[in-house]
Amino acid sequence: MTTIFFWIIQLILVPALSPLGIGVIRKLKAKFQNRQGANIFQPYKDLWKLFHKDEVISTDASWIFRYAPFIVFAVTIVVGFSIPLLVSFISNTVTSDILVVVYMLSIGTFFLALAGMDTGSAFGGFGSSREMTIFALAEGGLIFSLLTLGLIIGTTNLFEISGTISSSYSQSFLPILLSFSGFFIVLLSETAHFPFDNPATHLELTMIHEAMILEYSGKRLALMEWASANKLLIFISLGANLFFPWGIAHSTDIKAILVSIIVFAVKLFIFYGAIAVIESSIAKFRFFRLPDLLMISFILNGIAIGLIL
Amino acid sequence: MLKLLLKIFSTPKNIIFINPDYYNQIEIITIGEKIQDKVKRLFRGSLAIRQVDAGSDNACEQELVALSNAFYDIERFGIHFVASPKHADMLMVTGPVTRNMVEAVKRAYDATPDPKIVVVVGDDAINGGIYNGSYATQDGVNNIIPVDYQILGDPPSPKIILCHLLHILEILDCKSLGLK
Amino acid sequence: MIDSVASSIGFIVLLFFFGVGAMSVLIFRKDDKLANMWSSFFAIAGSIWGLFFAILTWASPNTIFFTVDSFAFPLLSIFFCIDKLSIFFIFVISLIALFCSIYGIGYVKHFYEKYSIGALGFFYNLFIIGMLLVVTAANGLFFLIAWEIMSVASYFLVVYDRNDRNNVNAGFLYLVMTHIGTVFIIFSFLLIYKFTGSFDFETIKSSVVVIPSSIKNIIFVMLIIGFGTKAGIVPFHIWLPSAHPAAPSHVSGLMSGVMIKTGVYMMIRFFLYILQPVPVWWGLVLLVIGSISSIIGVLYALTEHDIKRLLAYHSIENIGIILLGFGSALTFLSLNMPSLALLGFVAALFHTLNHATFKSLLFLSAGSVINETHTRNMEEYGGLIKYMPETAAFFLIGSMAISALPPFNGFFSEWLTFQSLFQGIAALDFSAKWIFIVSAGALAFTGGLALACFVKVFGVTFLARPRSQKVVHAKESLLSLRLGMGALAILSLLFGIFSGSITSVLEKVGHDIGVFRYTSSFLSISSNQHIVSGGNFASVSAPAIAVFLIAVFIIVLFATKYVVHKNQKIRMGATWDCGTDLTPRMEITATGFARSIITIFKGVLKPSIQHEIEYNDAESRYLPKSRTVTLNINDIYRIYLYEPLNKIFTILSERAKGIQIGNINVYILYIFMALFVALILMI
Repeated sequence: MTTIFFWIIQLILVPALSPLGIGVIRKLKAKFQNRQGANIFQPYKDLWKLFHKDEVISTDASWIFRYAPFIVFAVTIVVGFSIPLLVSFISNTVTSDILVVVYMLSIGTFFLALAGMDTGSAFGGFGSSREMTIFALAEGGLIFSLLTLGLIIGTTNLFEISGTISSSYSQSFLPILLSFSGFFIVLLSETAHFPFDNPATHLELTMIHEAMILEYSGKRLALMEWASANKLLIFISLGANLFFPWGIAHSTDIKAILVSIIVFAVKLFIFYGAIAVIESSIAKFRFFRLPDLLMISFILNGIAIGLIL
Repeated sequence: MLKLLLKIFSTPKNIIFINPDYYNQIEIITIGEKIQDKVKRLFRGSLAIRQVDAGSDNACEQELVALSNAFYDIERFGIHFVASPKHADMLMVTGPVTRNMVEAVKRAYDATPDPKIVVVVGDDAINGGIYNGSYATQDGVNNIIPVDYQILGDPPSPKIILCHLLHILEILDCKSLGLK
Repeated sequence: MIDSVASSIGFIVLLFFFGVGAMSVLIFRKDDKLANMWSSFFAIAGSIWGLFFAILTWASPNTIFFTVDSFAFPLLSIFFCIDKLSIFFIFVISLIALFCSIYGIGYVKHFYEKYSIGALGFFYNLFIIGMLLVVTAANGLFFLIAWEIMSVASYFLVVYDRNDRNNVNAGFLYLVMTHIGTVFIIFSFLLIYKFTGSFDFETIKSSVVVIPSSIKNIIFVMLIIGFGTKAGIVPFHIWLPSAHPAAPSHVSGLMSGVMIKTGVYMMIRFFLYILQPVPVWWGLVLLVIGSISSIIGVLYALTEHDIKRLLAYHSIENIGIILLGFGSALTFLSLNMPSLALLGFVAALFHTLNHATFKSLLFLSAGSVINETHTRNMEEYGGLIKYMPETAAFFLIGSMAISALPPFNGFFSEWLTFQSLFQGIAALDFSAKWIFIVSAGALAFTGGLALACFVKVFGVTFLARPRSQKVVHAKESLLSLRLGMGALAILSLLFGIFSGSITSVLEKVGHDIGVFRYTSSFLSISSNQHIVSGGNFASVSAPAIAVFLIAVFIIVLFATKYVVHKNQKIRMGATWDCGTDLTPRMEITATGFARSIITIFKGVLKPSIQHEIEYNDAESRYLPKSRTVTLNINDIYRIYLYEPLNKIFTILSERAKGIQIGNINVYILYIFMALFVALILMI
């Protein structure tokens, strides 16, 4: 019974919470700019309005453009279902493998990039090109950062990693720290945040993620925006629950679950806060300096793997 | 083409007159809160504006940009500017529409998904302003696309724009022409 | 009945099908249509028989040995050995040949009255015979004959479209490279013969201990060069990107899907079977070669805008991935970890099967596009998804499979390869561990770059608007073409969904090879296709992933369509273009898409840019009339390997010219001297 309850939580927590995260980032950024900023629930309102608008679809677009939002969104739901969020005791041995999660996220990127090219707009094309460039270089860092944890524990199942990694923290402190730094760089790149991309930009020529969804409107735009919020939450949950696994509930004990909810909220807030601080304090990098950053991520993770005892 | 002309003809180009005393006395925050209330009712709490510069002298742009600065901070009322007309609920057009921008304005109008509202900002955009009669311009946006509302001023200050926005929303609310 | 099929007779019947097809088609060479039907009929019938034979022979526990001994040559015996490994390869060859032949029925129609269809049918069938003989031959000399049949038949297929000068050049390069490879194979066979006294593989295997280890190492290097040239490993791959595109597309599918795998088959046969036990560094060398091939292959693929050359470069990449699996298997075996070795071996075989399906699928769909547009240049495509919807769907499936996206088959073999590399990182000591780390990194980057590359190919070819008039006249291909592609597309999905069963079948192939006979499996596979690696190290379940993804997709689709705002209207409009008319030149091009990646990897790819501007008026340089930008990629292996080699050979030849004076007396002196030296050496 409780397990079924937690599976449902797994299924709806990511889409339910992700717009709030975007709202929190925007609010914090506004505060840094000495503004009051929009309500933290504003992204929900944006999505809800978009779901009630009509759509304009380009005559050049094919079925790829029409169905890509559903695929991209569905992928984030399935991945959100497959990663540890509040509890680690439920076991999912079919989709929670590190590689399965990483490659399922690639399906989303694949269709997002195709959709960007589908309308034949100049913006969408170079958006896809840039997105795929960064994605291709981030892939190695992402797999290796999660693999470091997998090798420390001896399993690549995400639930088991989050359930047991705290016990090996003391002896493998350095590898975990190194791989976390690598992971954080990848997190920023995959979710289109500074210094890789400016999520609030209105200049088409500097866009990466936004350029691919310029052509969408109405429901499909809502799904795309929602999916990218989901992706951010997925990466943050991975960072929070795999690298800093304290507080995650190991049993169905009600007290442990309450603690895990509070701790999870605090961890999310810290991560979103860190992203807001980064976005407010540094400038976007020149595009051709980004590969250096991603290579640093990969090398940090490589060293981390080498350091595992 | 004919359809567009008919629509241009049939759309009321409401020019809103507001007593200057009104916006001299009222606080921005009060206007803003009223706007927020209307946006919540009419646009489900989120109004996306796409600004189109149809050959403007950039005075209006400066005032519109000022709306998002720390002082006016229009974002807190649930209004934000977007990067593509396909994402927008409201088109804000400035400038007297130079010949080169005719097609661009039409296409931006076409690209905006329904339901949409067109608001022109500034005297130039209403009837050409100081450029009226020039061979290079089309004397106002309403010759090109159906305009719903017009905001006077050369240029209107951010506060005036906010006031007018509130009035537009109030009119919409009376007619219940919003997105509901 | 079954017994007689699953025996030497069955195999001879198999050869007979293709042999009759090859010979008899020459009779009908005057009539294009009849020749096409005739040769295709035998190729299809032979392939079906091949599948039938493979499945039935699989069931019988014994290895089939048989000789056809009617020759008087002492060293050459026509000796066949069909064990499970050979059966696996017969299966792959027959499977791909079946669909390529079905595709070929419609595809060769555009060669009617241009070239001889009879010759095509003859070489096509001969080519398949050659491959079947290569994977079953058990005698060195007989193997070399089969190898030559395969190489020469494929050479004639490469130069089939002979009116194009480039194709002839490509064929020549192929012929030279493949024979350089063959020379190295012959050298190593002779060395082996010197020590073991036999060309029979079984005899060599039983007396392999007499070969000194230093000689064995030399043999290893020569075999790597020899078989690696055929397999297309970097830097011996230069023939591959020019030869594969030159051939007719169904032949490209066979060459890329199957022929280069015969190189892998021979490596497995020698390193894992005949020359066992082997030192550790052999496996590590294969890992390094695999990493380099995969990265270089995918990087050069990104720079290409010729669709078939691009796919050919991806073959190099995938051979690299296969070698990563096989190299880890060899390393583990030398370090006495047979169950891990079995894992790597299964990964390599599974990727061989998968690559054969999706690469031939991609070549066939590319061929169907080329057939309609008459160009291989991707920059002239665009918007083909509206003109050829089914081809586009098949190509999309192929792209997803080769980019290792679940639930298609490419993902599962790459997953297994990753597992074997991960186990190497976890289990090995310092130096070997780092090679495994680098290999896993190479595989991870290859995955990302391959995805980027296929976004580029699919996006530029099928999406957006037509970039040239050539596209506008394109129509969906003929039924036989669609049948061939569709079947392979379905197989790509099925091999993914049933990855568990296939993995366990491939483990049986491993168990049939001596070194793995008593090896316990590292994987545990349950009946619902759930693969678990190493206790609970990692697990994957194809049907679960597929069901999850599809179910959530359908729920999301219906929820957004029918639950929220049911009466939403969708209006068709133009792409938002900021007011300027969108021309085809504004769409992103294949070169433009890959440009940033090329710039990032400029250390490897060495791009060079040439600007050419023509002005209306030479006096005022403000208004250019036309402007051309040419982006060139320099092949590093050509600059740093082949050109120096070429120079050395030229210098040596110049020197050698010095002794050729033209005086006959001097030549006679040379003969005497040679004889003298030979006599001394004999003594």
